[in-house]
Amino acid sequence: MEFLVQHGADLLFYVFAVGALAAAVGVITLRNPMYCAISLLVCFLCVAALFLLRHAEFLALVQVFVYGGGIMVLFLFVIMLVNLHRLRESSVFGEYAPMAVVLAVLLVALVLFVFLNYDQQAVAAAPGAFVSVEGQVVGNSEAVAWTLYRDYLLPFEIASVFLLVAMVGAVVLGRKS
Amino acid sequence: MPQVLIDHLLMPVLKIGVVVGMVMGVITYLVLAERKILGFIQVRVGPNRVGPWGLLQPIADVAKLLVKEDVIPRRAVKWAFVLGPCLVVAPALVIFAVVPFGPPSTVTGGEQNWFITDINVGLLFVLAFATIGVYGIILGGWASNSKFSLLGGLRSAAQMISYEVPQGFTLVVPLLMAGTMSLNGIVMAQYEQQVWFAFKFLPLGLLAFFIYLVAGIAESNRNPFDLPEAESELVAGFHTEYSGMRFALFFLGEYANMIVISAVAVTLFLGGWLPPFPNVGWLSFLGLGLPPAIAGLFWFTFKLFCFLFVYIWFRGTFPRYRFDQLMELGWKWLIPLAFANVLLTGLVKILL
Repeated sequence: MEFLVQHGADLLFYVFAVGALAAAVGVITLRNPMYCAISLLVCFLCVAALFLLRHAEFLALVQVFVYGGGIMVLFLFVIMLVNLHRLRESSVFGEYAPMAVVLAVLLVALVLFVFLNYDQQAVAAAPGAFVSVEGQVVGNSEAVAWTLYRDYLLPFEIASVFLLVAMVGAVVLGRKS
Repeated sequence: MPQVLIDHLLMPVLKIGVVVGMVMGVITYLVLAERKILGFIQVRVGPNRVGPWGLLQPIADVAKLLVKEDVIPRRAVKWAFVLGPCLVVAPALVIFAVVPFGPPSTVTGGEQNWFITDINVGLLFVLAFATIGVYGIILGGWASNSKFSLLGGLRSAAQMISYEVPQGFTLVVPLLMAGTMSLNGIVMAQYEQQVWFAFKFLPLGLLAFFIYLVAGIAESNRNPFDLPEAESELVAGFHTEYSGMRFALFFLGEYANMIVISAVAVTLFLGGWLPPFPNVGWLSFLGLGLPPAIAGLFWFTFKLFCFLFVYIWFRGTFPRYRFDQLMELGWKWLIPLAFANVLLTGLVKILL
C-alpha cells in the first residue's frame, strides 16, 4: 500500500509508456489498415495519459478530443470507404524509404539533443502550479493560453496560417478541374 | 478505516455507485416513457399489458434480452465485436463524473458536494469522452462484417466529424461567459451573474444553446439524425448483427448518451441546479422552501426530464434527414453559425 502510494505515478508511467510504444510498433507492422488505425488510436490515448501524469490536463484532453475524436475518426472513415482488403505484400511506400530514413535520423537526433540538454531542475519544479504575469497561480489551461497568446503569439499565428495554406491546397488539389 | 481512505476511496465509490444506479434506473423507465409518449403522439395506447399501465414492461424487456441467445457471426472480428458495445456505454457513464447534480458545499454549507468530482478542464473532459463513444459504433459496425453494419458505422463516422466541430465551438460560448472550464464553476458563474447562460447576451446564448441541442441529437444518433441505424434503409444499421445483451448495451449507450447530453446542456445553458429566476424576489417560492441541496436536485432533475421529453417529442414529430442534407446542415450552417457566435460573444464580453 505504502509502495503504491509513493510509486503509483511511476508505475503508471511505465504502463502507459510501454503501451504507447507497443501501439506505435503495431501501427507500422500490422498489415490490416484497420488494425493500424486502431493501434494509432491506442498510442494517442496512451500519450494523453502520459500528459496527464505530468499534470498537463489541458494537453491530455485536447489530445483525446482532437487526435482521438477528430483525426482518427476521419482516418477510420477513409479506410472504411476506400480499402477493406489487406494490403498486398508489395511494399506500397517503398519509393519513399530513403526520405523516411533521413527524416527518422533527424528526428532521433532532435530528441537526443533535447534529452541531453534539458534543465532537469526546471522540469522537476514545473508540474501542477503555474504562475501568470500578475503573480497569481492559475490553472493549466490558463498557463497554455498565456504561453500561446502572449509569449509565442507570432509563431502561433504563423503556424495557423501554414495550416490554412495546407487546407486550401488540399481543397484545390482535390477539386475536379 | 483511516479518514484519507474514506475521503478518497469510500465516498467517491459510493457516489459513483449511486449515480450509475440512478442513471440505469432512469434509462429503464425512459424506454417505457418513450414508448408511452410516442404512443400518445401517434394516437395509440403504447405498452399496457405487463403490470399496471405497462409499468413492468422494461423489466420484462430486460429479462427477455438477458436470456436471448448471443450470436457472434462467424466471419466477425471477435474482439472488436465484443468491444464495440462496451465502448458506447462506458464513455457516456464516465462523463457523469463531472456533472454537478446539486449545489457545492460552499453554497449549502454542508459537508458533501453534489458532484463526483470537479476538475478544472471539465468541459474538455466532456467533449473528449463524448467523442470516444463513436468508436464503439464504428468498431461494432466494422467488426460485424456485414454491409448494413458497415454503412451504419460509416455514417456514424461522417456524422461525428460534421457535428463535433460546431459542438466544440458552441461550447466556447458558455466558457467565455463563465471564464472557467469547470462545470461546477460554470453553474456557480450563472449563480453569481444571476442569469442562465442560454439567456445571456440575447440572442447569442440562445443560439449557442440551439446549436448544442442539434449537435447533441446528432451525436446521440436520435431522430431526426438517426442515420447510422435508419431502420427503413439499413435494416438496423450498425447493430444489425447484434443480439441479446450486446444489442441491449448499444441501446443502453444511446439512452445514457441522451441523458448525459441533456445533463450537460442543462448545466451549461439552463443553470444546472439553480431554480428559475433566482434573482427575482417574489419568485423565491421556487426554492420550494426546501433545503438548498434538495431544491437544487429537484430543479436539476426537472430540467433534465424536460430535456428528455423534448428528445422523445422530436422523435415523434420529425422525419429523418437525408444523408447529404445532414452533412450540409452541419458544415454549411452550424459551423459558420458557431464561429460567428463565438466571435460575437467574445466581442460583446470585451465591450461590456
